[in-house]
Amino acid sequence: MLDRPPTRRAVEDDVRVIDRQAVQDELDRRAQADVYLHLETTTGSYTLMGPEKRPPVIAFVRNAIVNYSRGAIRGEGPYRVGLKLENGWVYADGLTHYEVNERDELLMAGYDAEGQLTVALQVSRTPFREA
Amino acid sequence: MQPFDPAAETGLLVVLPHPDDETFSTGGTLALCADAGVPATYLCGTYGDMGRRMGNPPIASRESLRDIRTAEMAAAAEVLGIEVEFLGLRDKCIEFEDPDELAGRIRDVIRRLRPSTVVTFYPGYGVHPDHDALGHATVLAVRGLPREERPRLLGVAVGGENNPRWGQEGGALGAPHVVSDIRGVYRRKVAALAAHRSQTAVLFAQWEKLWDVETLEPKPGAPEPDEQTRAWRKRLTEAESFYVIDPDARTLLE
Repeated sequence: MLDRPPTRRAVEDDVRVIDRQAVQDELDRRAQADVYLHLETTTGSYTLMGPEKRPPVIAFVRNAIVNYSRGAIRGEGPYRVGLKLENGWVYADGLTHYEVNERDELLMAGYDAEGQLTVALQVSRTPFREA
Repeated sequence: MQPFDPAAETGLLVVLPHPDDETFSTGGTLALCADAGVPATYLCGTYGDMGRRMGNPPIASRESLRDIRTAEMAAAAEVLGIEVEFLGLRDKCIEFEDPDELAGRIRDVIRRLRPSTVVTFYPGYGVHPDHDALGHATVLAVRGLPREERPRLLGVAVGGENNPRWGQEGGALGAPHVVSDIRGVYRRKVAALAAHRSQTAVLFAQWEKLWDVETLEPKPGAPEPDEQTRAWRKRLTEAESFYVIDPDARTLLE
């Protein structure tokens, strides 16, 4: 669809259940070049108020630059993605949904049964938007 | 305890970090002010772009959440009848900013709007680190004003008696100092919460099992809500509670 306005409906249409081959193709398309990384996992900040009173566990890296020689998606869903760096790895498990947005950013994420984000792995040739 | 009286106010400024904090903590109070013709402004610290709730089923990604929550905030503000300004900070990262610099920015807004009361999170009772950090910066903002220019400063303790600090030695704040009776405007608060759809869909799904959110009548055959849910319902539909903060007193973050 051309000239689609950025409506909420468009967003709903764009967050899709992972298609393994499609994600693999998108990973390949961004390999062997400097890309911006967003990697995140979160329990949410309010776990102390929950029935189990667990402390929150949250981490994110936003707009670190990496260059992966090989990126691969594995598993039957939820999925794992590994990016092989010259001197290390980027790894995420629990990925269920993906999207390539209008800025050509590859967004992969895991959501729990209530639609809450648990993990995100994103790569882009251009920096992710900052506040 | 004194009741919140909008007729005694000339302006209300609410300073909290996320789109939806204003409705959860002060939605009824904001609506009461708007109805009384008292200018009410929400100074929102972030765009809520690191939230994990994205609707159910998810309607947002990490990258689209900012625009969705900004639009939801505008819709909620319309329901409540308030103005909104953003500080544009990164969600989850407020506590790593320079508190004095933040306080300066908040102080500028107070000087411009001249509210009679400022509401923020009670530092140390925010549960979320962003809540505590912005509450602290707001205390510093008021502290930096000459006494005759200082608005009354009210703090919100998240969860009241369910606040994790309450049970600690010396942690209980006791009875609130100021209470807004929001029973006459609770439908607006519920409508504003509904406007924050990406964040509240999960909650509405839980509440709707227990009671009709429009009429507040319990659903036939619904289980008896637990204590925390009853406290939730009270804050949502009956009363919003605040503590008077002395800006010269050291906060729990100092």
